[in-house]
Amino acid sequence: MGLPQIFASILTSLLVGALTPRALRTYLLLALSVLAVFWFQPVVPLRSFDFWFPSLTLALVVLTWFVTSQPGAWKSRPNLTGLSIIVGSVTLIDLSRYTFPTPFLTQTIPPQFIQFFLFVVASSAIIFLFLRFSPAWRLSIAVLLLLFILIVLKSPVLSLQTSIFFRTLANRPTETASALDLRWLGYSYIAFRLIHVLRDKQTGRLPELSLPDFATYVVFFPALAAGPIDRAERFAKDLQKDFALTQDETLLAGQRIVIGLFKKFVIADALALIALNDALAAQVGAAGWMWVHLYAYTFQIYFDFSGYTDIAIGIARLVGVKLPENFLAPYTRSNLAQFWNSWHITLTQWIRSYFFNPFNRWMRGFKSVPMWTMILVGQLSTMLLIGLWHGITWNFILWGAWHGLGLFVQNRWSDFAKTRISVSDPRLQTALNVGGVLLTFHFVALGWVFFALSEPGLSMQVFTKLFGV
Amino acid sequence: MDQKQPRIRLFGVLVKATALLLLFNFAFIFTTNIPLGKLSLYNKVFPGRERFPFGETYESYNLSLFDIDAMFASHVLAGKEKARDEYRVLLIGDSSVWGTLLTPGQTLAGQLDATPITACGKTVGVYNLGYPTISLTKDLMILDQALDYQPDLVIWLTTLEAFPKDKQFESPIVANNAERVRALIGKYHLPADPNDPALIQPSKWDQTFVSQRRALADLIRLQLYGVLWSSTGIDQVYPENYERAQTDLEASEDFHGLRSLQDGLALDVLTAGMSAKTKLLLVNEPMLISDGANSDIRYNFFYPRWAYDEYRRMLADLANRNDWNYLDLWDLVPAGEFTNSAIHLTPAGESLLSNKIAEAIQANCE
Repeated sequence: MGLPQIFASILTSLLVGALTPRALRTYLLLALSVLAVFWFQPVVPLRSFDFWFPSLTLALVVLTWFVTSQPGAWKSRPNLTGLSIIVGSVTLIDLSRYTFPTPFLTQTIPPQFIQFFLFVVASSAIIFLFLRFSPAWRLSIAVLLLLFILIVLKSPVLSLQTSIFFRTLANRPTETASALDLRWLGYSYIAFRLIHVLRDKQTGRLPELSLPDFATYVVFFPALAAGPIDRAERFAKDLQKDFALTQDETLLAGQRIVIGLFKKFVIADALALIALNDALAAQVGAAGWMWVHLYAYTFQIYFDFSGYTDIAIGIARLVGVKLPENFLAPYTRSNLAQFWNSWHITLTQWIRSYFFNPFNRWMRGFKSVPMWTMILVGQLSTMLLIGLWHGITWNFILWGAWHGLGLFVQNRWSDFAKTRISVSDPRLQTALNVGGVLLTFHFVALGWVFFALSEPGLSMQVFTKLFGV
Repeated sequence: MDQKQPRIRLFGVLVKATALLLLFNFAFIFTTNIPLGKLSLYNKVFPGRERFPFGETYESYNLSLFDIDAMFASHVLAGKEKARDEYRVLLIGDSSVWGTLLTPGQTLAGQLDATPITACGKTVGVYNLGYPTISLTKDLMILDQALDYQPDLVIWLTTLEAFPKDKQFESPIVANNAERVRALIGKYHLPADPNDPALIQPSKWDQTFVSQRRALADLIRLQLYGVLWSSTGIDQVYPENYERAQTDLEASEDFHGLRSLQDGLALDVLTAGMSAKTKLLLVNEPMLISDGANSDIRYNFFYPRWAYDEYRRMLADLANRNDWNYLDLWDLVPAGEFTNSAIHLTPAGESLLSNKIAEAIQANCE
């Protein structure tokens, strides 16, 4: 999201929050979010994919809603209205190719109407097909479908092959195909929101949600590009609440937005110029300067991500939605477990709910496996999964492994120290806390060496330079 | 819903916010005369740059800006107190002096500085004040500011392409420093038009915060690039392959539409610069003499033979009449030692030039 999109979102949210009656608010937010899915989508080298990716996002949203809702729920007035808003908005965007000389909302001219019409028919057929399966099967297949797309998008090899496939299909040269061709805006977040709903439905924890509430939750425009990953039932409650934008609420939202803008566009973007990257990894020789670039990256990634989160939370407040916090001063935490409780909190909670806890429960079934092995496997696999969520590359795997092992070591140390070391002197306790913060900060910073660079070889080169080896 | 809180008066908020923004934006006009460019982290936190900031891509860890104060403040010259035994030599000129495709150490200034030369019983220290656009007025603007740094000798390397009157204000750094150029016109009584439309005169709106945001961002970026300069020593991109200077030439005798160089060159700008209160050495810099197609008509991409020959005669005559310290090194460097332009030298080419200039520096004291 660039500044024009952010300012348009702020202005629109102010108008919606200040002037819209509750009955219309969700519908309006849904319509705006649908438009935003198209407007925020960056240009893609594959022809018309800046239209097809958003359209597919909405098709997956509608599919997931049909799969998780009661049979016949779509016939109710709110759901039919929601469906009309989604299909109608996308149709209007597609038809804009015939009315506007230059693309409107999309980066390139949308495809011909007949293609879009066939897409709608095919999507409807797929939804119909899904509904033919038993509820258990359709939920599982939907989860697998979402995971499959996520894996393709996150794997450079599969992305490249997919790009080549689509280029061949469109009779276009394949030499220029790249893994970066498949830039599907916000899919990682959208997929996790949808999987959360599907999994909760499987376990019987999901309350019935209307299509407008559900679709707005998944593609809510402030949180579309960079999260946070809210929970559907909590989000829907906010939408159903009476809301009128008050002066206090505006002030709080405004403060949050200004802080976010400053973090992202002043601090993070400035640090980005000097943050560690592949080129600097090779060019910098002195250990001291390498640390400077690493620190710059460490703070850049925090200010960038948390800045976007602040902006999202601020904008959402203007329309009465209180998105969950994603960052709570993570670099001031005195151990790694605390760091992960305050860094990208909603992702960590998601992984904890849908992987770590079920996986641990499953492992406990193996009575012969020692506790420490279960902790090691649990921590390692969880962090590897978080790494892979960012991208299926060796460096993200190493980053995940770094944190997984770090959490395991910290867990074992805490367990050991709990019963053997007691500190009564408050000054010593403060010193230990400060030492813990510094240690944790540097452990995390060193982990970013894997995250920031593209290859393990480069990362090793940086480590040797950092420590003057 | 909190019933105690009044609903927001959106219109009032927008009016107040707009008023504050406008007030701040226009109040910024009053900062125009504050030389913000002099505030610099170079020579304090980071080592000064060995040549002026210039570059258009991130990969060069460098940027072009129009703020001469900021350019000087980032230069190593600004941070170096002149020692008693230092014989300070400043080089001014175009991209051949700045050192396109050369590392700072390979440039003329870099090679001269690395050579142990003494002049007038002092150790010679050489500084690169070249800037990659070709215009005598641009050189004069830099020379005028460089005089603040106590030079013992200024070496002004130039070429015919810097002389045409129509080129004087063409360089963006000249066009965007209208006030400085007007001051030069007044100081040196130059016959140029101070209201020449090529000189960009900022309106009041151009001086507001909104309009100046780019210049301010450039100043901040220049400081940030100081980190990259310090850690990598890189200040331009060095491509492994580049297009060599053209040697097969058009069969054209045209030079800036001039039939004769008389009245077509800004010789008054050169004369003004040479009258500066410091010792000056004027150098007609080496250029590529091609032997490809139409080389009987043109020496290279820049010059038809008639124009360059006439220029050399004029310059020699002018130097002779004014008793200037002048070196004509036009054919010093063989064709194989030019890189991507008829005036850009290889390190070996710079070495040839450096030897000649070193002799001239020493001879300057004799």
